[in-house]
Amino acid sequence: MSKYYLGVDLGSTTSKAIIINEQDEIIGRGITNTRANYAVAADIARDEAVYDARFSVLKKNLEADLKARPEYRKYINDLESVFRYEQFKVRLDRLGDELVKTCREFFQEPEKQEEILGHLRAIRRAFKPKIKHDYLYNDLGSKNQFFRDIVSEKYNEQVSLLPTELFEPLMTVWDKSITPAENEVVKFEFKTLVHEAMELLKDKYANLPDEPQGSTIVDGPAFDQEMYLLKGQFNTVAESLRERIDEVAGLDFQIANMTGTGYGRALLPFPEDCIRSEILCHAFGAHAVFPDTRTVLDIGGQDTKAIQVDQYGLVTSFQMNDRCAAGCGRYLGYIADEMSISLNELGPLALKAEKEVNICSTCTVFAGAELRELTNLGEKREDILGGLHKAIIMRAMSLIARSGGVFNEFTFTGGVARNQAVIKYLGQLVRENYGEGITINIHTDSIFMGALGGAMFARRNVKAELPDQKKSAKVA
Amino acid sequence: MAEVKEAVKERSMVIQKEMLAELFTELSTAKEKGRKVVYTFVPGNLTELILALDMLPVYPEINALQSGMRKKSASYIKDAEKMGFSEDVCTYVKCDIGMMLNGNIGPTGEKLPDPDLLLLSYTGCFTFMKWFENLEKLYPGVEIAMLHTPYQEDGRITEDQLAYMVKQLEEEVIPKLEKVAGKKLDRARLAKMLDNSSRAEDLWVKVLQSARTVPSPIDSYFAGVYYMGPLFTAFRGTERALEYYQELHDEIMARKEQGLLPVTPEGEMKEERFRLVVEGPPNWTNFREFWKIFYDMGAVIVASTYTKVGGVYDQGFRHDPDHPIESLARYCMGCYTNLSLPQRVDLLEHYIKEYKADGFLINSIKSCNSFSAGQLLMMREIEKRCGIPVGFIESDLVDPRYFSYANIKNRLESYFQMLAQRKTILAQQTTTEQA
Amino acid sequence: MTGIKQPPARLAEILRTCEELAFDLEFTHAKAWRKAADDRLLVGYLPIYVPREVIHAANGLPVGIMGVGDHKRIIKGDAYYQSYICHLPRGIIEMALDSNLEVFDGFLFPAICDCIRNLSGMFKLAQKGKFTRYFDYPQNFKEHIGGTFFRELIETVESDMFKLNGVKITPERLNHSIGLYNRNRSMIEAIYDIRQEFPWRLSAVDTYYILRAGLVMPVEEHNAILEEVLELIKLDHGEAMDNIRVVVTGSFCEQPPIGMLKSMEMAGCYIVDDDLMLGSRWTQGDVDDTTDDPLGAIVTAFLEKSPSSSAVYDVGNPKGARLVDLVRHRHADGVIFCAASFCDPALLDRPELQKACDAAGIVHINFQFHENTGQFKVIKEQAGTFSDSIKLWV
Repeated sequence: MSKYYLGVDLGSTTSKAIIINEQDEIIGRGITNTRANYAVAADIARDEAVYDARFSVLKKNLEADLKARPEYRKYINDLESVFRYEQFKVRLDRLGDELVKTCREFFQEPEKQEEILGHLRAIRRAFKPKIKHDYLYNDLGSKNQFFRDIVSEKYNEQVSLLPTELFEPLMTVWDKSITPAENEVVKFEFKTLVHEAMELLKDKYANLPDEPQGSTIVDGPAFDQEMYLLKGQFNTVAESLRERIDEVAGLDFQIANMTGTGYGRALLPFPEDCIRSEILCHAFGAHAVFPDTRTVLDIGGQDTKAIQVDQYGLVTSFQMNDRCAAGCGRYLGYIADEMSISLNELGPLALKAEKEVNICSTCTVFAGAELRELTNLGEKREDILGGLHKAIIMRAMSLIARSGGVFNEFTFTGGVARNQAVIKYLGQLVRENYGEGITINIHTDSIFMGALGGAMFARRNVKAELPDQKKSAKVA
Repeated sequence: MAEVKEAVKERSMVIQKEMLAELFTELSTAKEKGRKVVYTFVPGNLTELILALDMLPVYPEINALQSGMRKKSASYIKDAEKMGFSEDVCTYVKCDIGMMLNGNIGPTGEKLPDPDLLLLSYTGCFTFMKWFENLEKLYPGVEIAMLHTPYQEDGRITEDQLAYMVKQLEEEVIPKLEKVAGKKLDRARLAKMLDNSSRAEDLWVKVLQSARTVPSPIDSYFAGVYYMGPLFTAFRGTERALEYYQELHDEIMARKEQGLLPVTPEGEMKEERFRLVVEGPPNWTNFREFWKIFYDMGAVIVASTYTKVGGVYDQGFRHDPDHPIESLARYCMGCYTNLSLPQRVDLLEHYIKEYKADGFLINSIKSCNSFSAGQLLMMREIEKRCGIPVGFIESDLVDPRYFSYANIKNRLESYFQMLAQRKTILAQQTTTEQA
Repeated sequence: MTGIKQPPARLAEILRTCEELAFDLEFTHAKAWRKAADDRLLVGYLPIYVPREVIHAANGLPVGIMGVGDHKRIIKGDAYYQSYICHLPRGIIEMALDSNLEVFDGFLFPAICDCIRNLSGMFKLAQKGKFTRYFDYPQNFKEHIGGTFFRELIETVESDMFKLNGVKITPERLNHSIGLYNRNRSMIEAIYDIRQEFPWRLSAVDTYYILRAGLVMPVEEHNAILEEVLELIKLDHGEAMDNIRVVVTGSFCEQPPIGMLKSMEMAGCYIVDDDLMLGSRWTQGDVDDTTDDPLGAIVTAFLEKSPSSSAVYDVGNPKGARLVDLVRHRHADGVIFCAASFCDPALLDRPELQKACDAAGIVHINFQFHENTGQFKVIKEQAGTFSDSIKLWV
């Protein structure tokens, strides 16, 4: 039987899990932003990684068929996305229960209680189909968004349509309900969910429009030539697909060994010798994906690390930021809150900057005041954000310099590595200070590097075993 | 937080405890008995002069660190900050001033006497001067003596500097001490004390150098701060100190012969996994937990610069009964924090090689610019010269707000794991070469 | 227009030049001077005081290196300094590692604190300059003890310079230099005296530009500027505002950003005295330039005529009393304590100075800054409230 290895990275804002096989290939990724205790976070991340792994195995098993009919890949992607919707639905039901419970506790007066419950039901009725549509037709499932983010955006949208006096009670109920709903470990039955997903897909393909006209209905798709071709095939494929699905659903993912890392690693229910520092794991993971890496920068939620590694991916020196979270992911979070925009909008806005306003403090405590003052001075929001992003990178550059500088190749990891403005300024400053010849690596899986390194340590298990020099993790 | 269990005490520890208890009792009754009290600093202290004139020394830094260990420093610091001291400044000063504002109760619970003389031995730390200016205001009208110790900026003690020091000692400091003591300095008695000092210093150096052995029988930092106590403070030059160092020396030589590992608060270490050289003072508010992170990981500090703040004896300096004043002058100028940065880097490099260290760690102290400013460049320089992994952590002397256990543990764990990987590789390389 | 007289155009022109020179971190003017002749020397010095006369007499130009303020991006500097160390040395080391301080022959680091002390060692480790000296002036003020030591210290610097250019400092040369710097200081004091009466004729910021520009040019040129400025501000121009008069103290080393000084003035505070450019105003009065032993005169002046400063041991001459005297002398209404964050010397002096002010019935407020602080709103508000409350009572 195949052996699998698990790495869990418990960060300050998100927890990540990676499952690899004996060839160091990533076969499952899981991520959660649950704010419950670390044990729950580790469980959720691991379960997610296992679901993901089943899909990986499924794709692998179907490799020959997919090679022959590459257009069928769309079915599998759709299936994954709709599977996520099924998961979402279960959690949404939990949230519904929680909202009702909170509402009953909070509003003692029966009339008020009924009124609010009525609104809650209406809100749910309004946003659920929209979200379903996004999963079914807009590939929401592949966007790595957290339950909280998806659902709160839609909830807020609905609340804003209601009279203002309802804002406070509805938000209060929300605030008290979302966290418990999110933190609960919900055990999903993979097989059941995936079958339900197949049913939904069946409907989807059956109802695809036959021609370009009449495609304006809200929860229906737009006409698509490619989809049109796939439409007719679904039923033919479905039967054999179901068999394959049942195979992977029954698979027992034997985790032969695991490693925990990250800020919360000491609290993991892992044996002590299965716990490793995230510095070593990040470096090892980054080196596995980019084997020529010599310098790693990781900007996470509340710390920034500059790491130097040797040809084996072993750490030779590292530096971390001061005791405060200045210039880390959390700082961007504060800024987003302060500007009342979502975290994902920060980077794109900052990219529109025409100049970078000089920012003195990347301290979370002073950020708000400085932002307000700059706004009062008439600075444009884009330019302020440009300056802020640059300031974050300046701090990181100092840390890198402290650890010894940038050596080729340079790999950037962590949650903040998804922010395009950060990437822009990092590129500028690295090349200005260390030359044009520096290769800068950024991977879509950069947030998983710590977990990947952990899984790779788990596979090597024996402490004395040297990692192979040349081997790189292939992304399945 | 880490739990620390108590272990059996060595005889030398018992002696030291008695010495301290006696001193604080003497201090608490000093006024009744007509003993004069001198407040002074550890680096560049003139203890033999004070004792030879039958006066009693009080060291505000030691009071501050004791307050830190007894968890009193947080409220003392807050009281000083209420008085207008900035959050940014040295916490030893604030802790000391806060303690005075709260009745000047010493570490044994007995009240410390007010000073009859403030002896500002301004050595290796600019803030000492500001500290004493503030003390002068707290004790209006108190006698003051100032000794300005020039900095070894050129990496050596010059004749001009020596002459300046001797003149200050002979013409300013000693006359002021004599005036407060009400008697003339007995030079023969001073010489006898300096002879005692020198002999205790010989023993101390042997204790320090025992850590050259692999595995080391001592921890030269966490235990070192206890071992250095009598020599760096009120007892240098006394018979009692000599007795203590003889006992300590014999204990450690016995441990060394038996191949025993360092003693920790939880008993003897079982394994020496890493040998480290440490730069910078320790944190006092969480001293035991801090130490525990190291011994739990099998990390032994084989040499440290902090145990040289009261004199860099292992580089050859001894108090000299034949040249008493000159040797006191040289002593002051030779303390670790009075060395230039290039000298400090040289000394560290020497320690790393001499003591066969696997790693070099800096505990960078927020309060202490004398130590901390420039440490990051020193770190780079050491890395370049010695090619060993360097580590960097930050804390404070006595301000618990600047000690983050989780943060420090996280960094140290990463550092030790990095060292472990490196050792594995070095071992494998050696095996490959041999094969 | 009303009858307000516009400031003379020439004054504006001088101020523009001075502002530009004051913040030229490439030290273009000084470097050009140095390159004009081989036996000239460029000697950089950090805050606060070095006997510039001696450097001048050795055919050198003493250049004050007061930090980069908010004029330079700091990366390497932050790599070498922990967050709890003041800002000034970051910029200095950044300049040293970049090309800003090339051409300089030597560097002097006055003994004002442990950060500057260790910075001298960092320059040594990084091998910057042909000589680097920690200028460890005495804290003993007896002629034959501290005085002798100080003389030997200066002689060491003389020999450092002599080795480079072979210029012998004769008593004549040194007396001449002393005379020039005496004149420089007396004109600066004269400007402060006029400003005390007519602070609107030359703002504190403008005064700062003029003094700081003096750190990067030959004293002869600076004297010419000062002469002209003195004449120009003797002319009546501008209009008195209903402002209070304050003394700013605590910024003797790391310099506050210009925006901060502007904010105080805009908030209704005339700054009638300060310790911003303390090194240029160090000796209180003249150094004797008529003796056969001019070096002795410099030593004596240091021992006897040094100003109140956080870097000089104040035994027998308490700083608190000296601050109160200054406030009275300038007829100031209050004191603004304005020290750099993490500056041990200034911040450890503050409680005692505040106590002395309280005892003398002098009101005060307190700020902390970094040389690159960018937010002044709080400062403006507090200084405004301070000004208003004083106007209410006075």
